[in-house]
Amino acid sequence: MFRDAGLVAGKDLRIELRSRVTLQQVLPFAVLVLILFGVALDPDRGILTRASAGLFWVAVLFCALLAIQRAFTIEAADGGRDALRLSGLEPGGIFLGKAMAIAAQLTAVEALLAVGVVIMYGTEVTGVPLLVATCVAATAGMAAAGTLYGVLAAGLRVRETLLPILLLPVLSPVLIGATKAFEAALGGVAADGWPWCGLLLTFALLYLTFGTLAFGTLLEES
Amino acid sequence: MSAPRPTTGSPATRLLGGLSLAGLVLLLGYALWWSPADVVQKDSVRIMYVHVPTAIMAFTACGITTLASAMWLRRRSEGWWVLGGAAAEVGIVFTAACLVTGSIWGRPTWGTYWDWDPRITSTTLLFIMLVGYLALRRIDNESGNAAQRGMRAAIVGLLLFPNVMIVHYSVDWWRSLHQTATITRLDPSIEGTMLFTLMLGIAVFGLVFAWMLIHRFRVGWLEERVGATGLDAALLERRAEAGVAGGAR
Repeated sequence: MFRDAGLVAGKDLRIELRSRVTLQQVLPFAVLVLILFGVALDPDRGILTRASAGLFWVAVLFCALLAIQRAFTIEAADGGRDALRLSGLEPGGIFLGKAMAIAAQLTAVEALLAVGVVIMYGTEVTGVPLLVATCVAATAGMAAAGTLYGVLAAGLRVRETLLPILLLPVLSPVLIGATKAFEAALGGVAADGWPWCGLLLTFALLYLTFGTLAFGTLLEES
Repeated sequence: MSAPRPTTGSPATRLLGGLSLAGLVLLLGYALWWSPADVVQKDSVRIMYVHVPTAIMAFTACGITTLASAMWLRRRSEGWWVLGGAAAEVGIVFTAACLVTGSIWGRPTWGTYWDWDPRITSTTLLFIMLVGYLALRRIDNESGNAAQRGMRAAIVGLLLFPNVMIVHYSVDWWRSLHQTATITRLDPSIEGTMLFTLMLGIAVFGLVFAWMLIHRFRVGWLEERVGATGLDAALLERRAEAGVAGGAR
């Protein structure tokens, strides 16, 4: 299963490297969101610095929507979905592979956003272990839930509008947990953040398990 | 299939409807006149006799949708499919009622219609999840053949209740961290007439919920029948017309 996951993830990432959609569209969008927050909130009163944890994760969420849509658009072209079904790869492996590819792209987005937040919002970085652990757990959860709901919406005419309304309420615990953990790390009291990190990890494990088990039926029947 | 009736009512649901109506009248009497005003919240506590039952019914509806989705995934029978949608639709009504009554109650009690209270936040997210589920169901109904249909909605429906729980607890945890003491909604030592009125409210809204659910289920069932037999019936009708026209010529 994990070998299959590696194959699918490699394929998706290769497509991204060659098409440069993440590089030329998703990453600039992430920076754009940071600028928009700066314009919307008064940059001079330190609101941005204080709210940087939440703004960071909202920006990640928006980019996650784009990355997930993209991950299933590439399957829609040239009958890729049918090819995946016929490939004989394990459905659980396909799920994990797609989730891994999305997670890899989100990690790139997060790295860029972190630099952006430090430079543009003047956030001071403290509690690095917690920050990194939060990113890993939150990214895994977002990618797992995103892949599951992404395949649900894929192939529908209204997928662009449907995915946000299905996925964002489900991801709200991730936004809450990641923001609280980041606030704790940046506020210097890292001990308060670890339970939130645990919540994120639980969420990720739940969705990874469910997705691995249910993906086969979904891919076959929808 | 029995001959189509012009109504979704039956003796049993008429009795249920009558009981609900009588119960509502009784509840109105208890809630507005016979129960005392709260020491702290004064008369505004009376809206709780509607608010709490609607909240309970909203979450019950979610549970039913999840259960129906799970059963549909196992059995693939039409009844479970219709039940999932019926429960979600009725649930949306109760969730909306819960939010509106909570908001009205919040105005005199907290001085604001909206507060970032964990329960308001998670109930609003529940509302949006139900809207999303019903939107997906509608699409599922329109596209694909009967065997394919329902898979997506069933998975979302199956995840509905677990998601509601995860959201509920994380929001609860989130707000409980740095919130100053919230005014307790109901006095913990609630007793006597007030407790009876609340229990009556829950029972009466349970009846209303069941009544609405059964009717919605029957309408959903008939919709399915129309989908299945509509084309055949139309063809027959058209043929009959053509036959008459042909005979006259």
